[in-house]
Amino acid sequence: MPGRSLLQKIWDQHVIARLSEDTDLLHIDRHLLHDLGGSRGLLDLKSRGLKVHNPELTFATPDHALSTAPGRAGTSKIGMELLAALRVETAASGITLFDVDQPGQGIVHVIGPELGLSLPGATIVCGDSHTCTHGGLGALAFGIGSSELTHVLATQALIQKRPKTMRARFEGKLPLGVTAKDMILALIGHVGAAGGTGYAVEYAGSAISALPIEGRLTICNLSIELGAKMGMVAPDEKTFEFLRGRPYAPQGEMWDLAVKAWRELPSDPDAVFDREVVIDVEKIIPQVTWGISPEHVVGVDGIIPDPKAVDDPARRAAIETALEYMGLQGGAPIAGTPVDWVFIGSCTNSRLSDLRAAAEVARGRKVAAGVRAWVVPGSENVKREAVAEGLDKIFIDAGFEWREPGCSMCLAANGEVVAPGQRSVSTSNRNFVGRQGPRARTHLASPASAAASAIAGAIADVRMMGR
Amino acid sequence: MPKPFDKLTATAAPIMRGNIDTDVIIRIERLVGNGIRGTLGKWAFGSLRYLPDGSENPEFILNREPYREAEILVTGPNFGCGSSREGAVWSLQERGIRAIIGSGFGDIFFANCFQNGILPVLVDKAVVDQLAADIEATQGAGKVSIDLEAQTIVSPSGARHAFEIDPRRREGLLKGLDEVALTLQRDNEIHAFQASDRTARPWIHSTRISA
Repeated sequence: MPGRSLLQKIWDQHVIARLSEDTDLLHIDRHLLHDLGGSRGLLDLKSRGLKVHNPELTFATPDHALSTAPGRAGTSKIGMELLAALRVETAASGITLFDVDQPGQGIVHVIGPELGLSLPGATIVCGDSHTCTHGGLGALAFGIGSSELTHVLATQALIQKRPKTMRARFEGKLPLGVTAKDMILALIGHVGAAGGTGYAVEYAGSAISALPIEGRLTICNLSIELGAKMGMVAPDEKTFEFLRGRPYAPQGEMWDLAVKAWRELPSDPDAVFDREVVIDVEKIIPQVTWGISPEHVVGVDGIIPDPKAVDDPARRAAIETALEYMGLQGGAPIAGTPVDWVFIGSCTNSRLSDLRAAAEVARGRKVAAGVRAWVVPGSENVKREAVAEGLDKIFIDAGFEWREPGCSMCLAANGEVVAPGQRSVSTSNRNFVGRQGPRARTHLASPASAAASAIAGAIADVRMMGR
Repeated sequence: MPKPFDKLTATAAPIMRGNIDTDVIIRIERLVGNGIRGTLGKWAFGSLRYLPDGSENPEFILNREPYREAEILVTGPNFGCGSSREGAVWSLQERGIRAIIGSGFGDIFFANCFQNGILPVLVDKAVVDQLAADIEATQGAGKVSIDLEAQTIVSPSGARHAFEIDPRRREGLLKGLDEVALTLQRDNEIHAFQASDRTARPWIHSTRISA
């Protein structure tokens, strides 16, 4: 019998009942709720006459519909109603809520790891597709819809079909100016936006081992953008160091017991994967998207694809549609494209290391005239730590706006939008049509690249702004 | 609880563009609030269906006869990729869509369809292309038939295509089963699992803050 993968080990440990050859009833260890769908689920449960099965395994925070303006001015009436409903319904069910302005509040995928709620070997779900982020700690984490959310509230379990397994190995030493965001965008460009559909992806290789945990969270965050609802990295000493002492992480003897178990989780050397992909990270340069799917990505020194040079009619039409929406010319260099907005934030890139990387580029420089640039920290704790190191001051001095934690302009559920026809460089995860507002044009990039573009007033190669 | 699905013969609209994501299916601002169910049908495919001034885009297939009556979509690769928003399925359902035939679906969207009694049919791209061509040859007048029990699709040309589906999913749709109720019948097994897991992995179950 071949060895087992990280996925298989975690999966097997959570099977309550085998429902068919490939489908199991899995125990869910952590259920995270947010303002957009949390109260809806709790109300749905109530309307069925049911109670939350394990409120102590369920945690909530507002992030999606909340304004990130200073003082939270600008939260819509409906956003306020959702926040009020989340407060009432979590209190009624005995669910811990990390509320506005309190330590612990923030983007749900930032606070889970930060608070030590997300742990290696745990199953974690949330009504949000970027739940795969938590896989960066060696968890089996994935997004669910509203119906499955209700199912988890009612049963603390979920019916799931075992996914196929893919291992994406990143090998080599990361060049200067190239980040975790660039690694994962390069992989999406390589396998395509559906390349991971039906798979759980394990990221491995020397470049993943070398990455700090926050970089691994960024890598796993974009799993869904290659179609995989689960992405994960095997836990190692860095993982344990990251988690040690966090408020909800185990302590004392329990910690030792947990670490002992976590050391058993990495894939066995003879584990077999359904698909293997190898990426040479030494060939990666900073990535930026040019189109309307994360697979529409090039190196920042690259050329926007020319549809006339493409033979396959479906692919040619897709490029034409994307370029028309984006207002770009095929065959032109992507660098130097003028931008109106820069957004540094989101569950992809709003952690302290992301803000440090952007601040390093912004320090002592000025945002170009005509560009609006926002920095939205991922959580209240990230905000406080950033302020303690003076990052807010670096950004403000450079002409960036420093905001309150939340999802903000990543998905524009809170009135925070890029105006129609305007162009944004964003550290978020989706460059979909209208994602940042109706007819908004989004280019995905790393925090360092986004900061460089804010300074340049155009899509910029951060390696040219070296320090 | 989802409505059962067994057979459907209906107008089918090919939307063949690849990577139609859930943001394109329904914009997020339509999903903010707890009272949204029943309001979403008119906003399905909003950015494709309406022009910037709010008028209908005459080019978009669901704005053309006879496709306005479509209950089946025939879709390009990776349909429903992106977010987990179940509102994407709700908006299609409220627009009258009951089945989607495609060569690839976003994993979460695919699961959300079953939860609402919508049948997503996964077939080879060649089958999708053939169906789309057959539908277009009749200018949409020719209907498509889906028989879930028999696992077949019949194209307007009369061509019959078999499809595969997870037997559990199939049974769930045919009977309109409620998964929550089914799982709660196993509540003793859930409790037994938790009792033994509490010994094996106490750190998972003890979530009191340790400050």
